[in-house]
Amino acid sequence: MRSWPQSLMILLVVLACGVAVGSHEARGQAAPYRAPRTSDGHPDLNGIWQAIGSAHWNIEPHAAAPGLVTELGASIAVPPGAGVVDGGAIPYRPEALAARQANYADRLNLDPEIKCYLPGVPRATYMPFPFQIVQSPQHIMLVHEYAGAVRTIYMDNHMEAPADSWMGWSNGHFEGETLVVDSTGFNDKTWFDRAGNFHSAALHVVERFTPRSADTLMYEVTIEDPNVFTRPWTMSMPLYRRVEPNAEILEFRCVEFVEDLIYGDLAKQPD
Amino acid sequence: MNKRPRMTLGRAMALLACGLPVLAAGQTPSRIAAAGDYTPPRTAYGHPDLQGFWTNATYTPLERPDDVAEAFYTPEELAARLARAAANESAQTEPGTVPDVHYDFTQFGLDRSQSTFVQDLRTSLIVAPEDGKIPPMTAEGEQRNAARAEAQRRLGERWDSAQANQLDDRCLIMRGSGPPMMDAGYNANYQIVQTPQHVMILVEMIHDVRLIPLDGRAQPHANVRQWMGTSRGRWDGDTLVVETTNFNGKNPFRGSSEHMRVIERFTRVADDEIMYSFTIDDPATWTRPWTAELPMKATFGPLFEHACHEGNYGLYNTLVGARLEEARAAAEAEQGEQN
Repeated sequence: MRSWPQSLMILLVVLACGVAVGSHEARGQAAPYRAPRTSDGHPDLNGIWQAIGSAHWNIEPHAAAPGLVTELGASIAVPPGAGVVDGGAIPYRPEALAARQANYADRLNLDPEIKCYLPGVPRATYMPFPFQIVQSPQHIMLVHEYAGAVRTIYMDNHMEAPADSWMGWSNGHFEGETLVVDSTGFNDKTWFDRAGNFHSAALHVVERFTPRSADTLMYEVTIEDPNVFTRPWTMSMPLYRRVEPNAEILEFRCVEFVEDLIYGDLAKQPD
Repeated sequence: MNKRPRMTLGRAMALLACGLPVLAAGQTPSRIAAAGDYTPPRTAYGHPDLQGFWTNATYTPLERPDDVAEAFYTPEELAARLARAAANESAQTEPGTVPDVHYDFTQFGLDRSQSTFVQDLRTSLIVAPEDGKIPPMTAEGEQRNAARAEAQRRLGERWDSAQANQLDDRCLIMRGSGPPMMDAGYNANYQIVQTPQHVMILVEMIHDVRLIPLDGRAQPHANVRQWMGTSRGRWDGDTLVVETTNFNGKNPFRGSSEHMRVIERFTRVADDEIMYSFTIDDPATWTRPWTAELPMKATFGPLFEHACHEGNYGLYNTLVGARLEEARAAAEAEQGEQN
C-alpha cells in the first residue's frame, strides 16, 4: 500500500474537519427549508392550515380567566397564552388604550365575532377554524371556514383598494420562499381578538407566509395604523397543516345561529 | 325620474347580431353540441383552464313557458322578449312603490340588460325532458312541500320575526350558490381558480365559496349535511364533472329533498363561454332526473365583498318598523278608550 505524503494527509484532515464544522454550523442556524414548487416555480402553499393556541382570545400575553357566560362554566373560560405580539404589548396611543379597555369591558356586546360578522385581517388567520390556500399564478385565495370569509390576493395587476371592506384588499408577491401580502382598504369594524384589541380604517397589514417544514408555515404580520398605534408592530406564530386525509373546509354558516341574538327582541311578541 | 337607458327593440336586435350560435331547425337544444371542435386553453399542469370571471345572468327561463311550443325563439321573438323584460325591470322602480324604496333596480348591476348576459335563442334552460319542463313531482315530494309551506305559514308574516323571512333576505344563502348555480338576479358573478388538486368557485352573492376536491375522495359521512352540500369533482376529458350530495334540505331547489344528487358539468366551449349543465337526480321528489344548461359568459373582475349579513339594515328596519307601528296602534287604541 502506497504511503501518502504526510503534508497531503494533514491537508485532507483539515479540509474534512472544516467541511464538518461548516455544515454543523449551518444546521445550527436551521438551514432554510425549501418548499415544493408550483408549476410556475413558487413555493407551493396549497393546503388547509390552522393556527394553534389562544391568540384568538387575546394576542397579548394573558393568564387564564373566567368566561362571560356563567352557564357555560369552564368550557368557555379563557385559556392562558404567552402572546403572539413581538415584545408583548401593543404600542397603543393613550386614548386608544382607553378605547381598548372599554372594548374589553363591553366585549359581550361589541365583539363582532359574536354577531357572526366577517372577522377582518389578520384575525381570520388565527381563529380556531381551518382555512384553505388555493394558489394560482394570478390569484391566491384564502378560504376560511368561519362565516365563509374569503380573501383574494391579487398577484398581478396590483391596484389600490377600490372600496373599503371587512376583509380588505390584498396585493401579493413572492420574495424567495415567502409570500408577502400587502393589505389596505379595511373598515373600522373588525377586531384583532376577543379581548377588544382594535384598529381604525387606516389599518395597513403586511403578512409574510414562509414555509418552515412540509407541514408548517411561519406567519409574520406587521400592523401599521397611526390613528391607533404609536409605531408599527409585529406578531408572529406558526400555522399548521391539517393532515387528516378527510380534512376539508366545511360550512360554518353562522348567521342562522345569531338571529335570535341580533333580532330576537325585535320579533313580534305573542298576544 | 328614470335615467336608465331603456332596452329598445333596436338595441336588443343589435345585441343579438353578435355572438349567437347559428342553430338550424331540428338541431338539439344543447349548446355543447353547437360548440364544434373548440380546444380549451390548458393550465401549466395540463388541466382544461376554466379560470377567470364569469356570469350566468340570463333572461332564459328554467322552464319553457306554457304558451311556447318551440324549443327556440326566432331572433325577432327573442329581441321583443328581451325588450319587454328590460322594460319590466325598470318598471319596478316607479317612484313611491315598495321596490323603489328598497332598491333602485335601474342602477348598474341590478339591471341585467346593462351588463353581460347570456344571449340564447332557447325557450328554456331545461334540455331534458324535451318539453323543457320539470318532470312531475312524486306524492312524497308534494307532501314534503305542503309541509314546508305550512311550517312557513306558521312563522307568520315576514315582519313578525327574522326567521319568517326568505333565506336571501336573512343573508343565509342565495340562489347563485346552489348547486345548481342559478342566475342570482343581480351580481350573478363567479370567479374560478384552479390548482392540480382543487377547483375553487367564488360566488359573489354572498361570498359563498365552493371548494371542489379532485383527488377522488369519498363523500363525507351522512351526518355532515350542508346548505350547499359537499362536492367531489373529476375531469372527464375536457369537462369538469362535479357530484354534490349531503344537502341539509334547508335550501331546497324547486322543492328538492335533502337526498338530492346534483351532477354538474363545466365545459369551456369558447374563449368567452363555459357551458354549465346540471342534472337533478332526486327520486324522492321527481319521477325522473332532469337536466338544464346555463351558459356562463366571460365578464370582468374583480368580484366585490358582498357583506350581506353585516349590512342587513333591511331586515332590522322591517322588524323595527313593524314594532313601532304596533306601539303606535296600541297607543291610539288606548287614547280612543280614554276619550
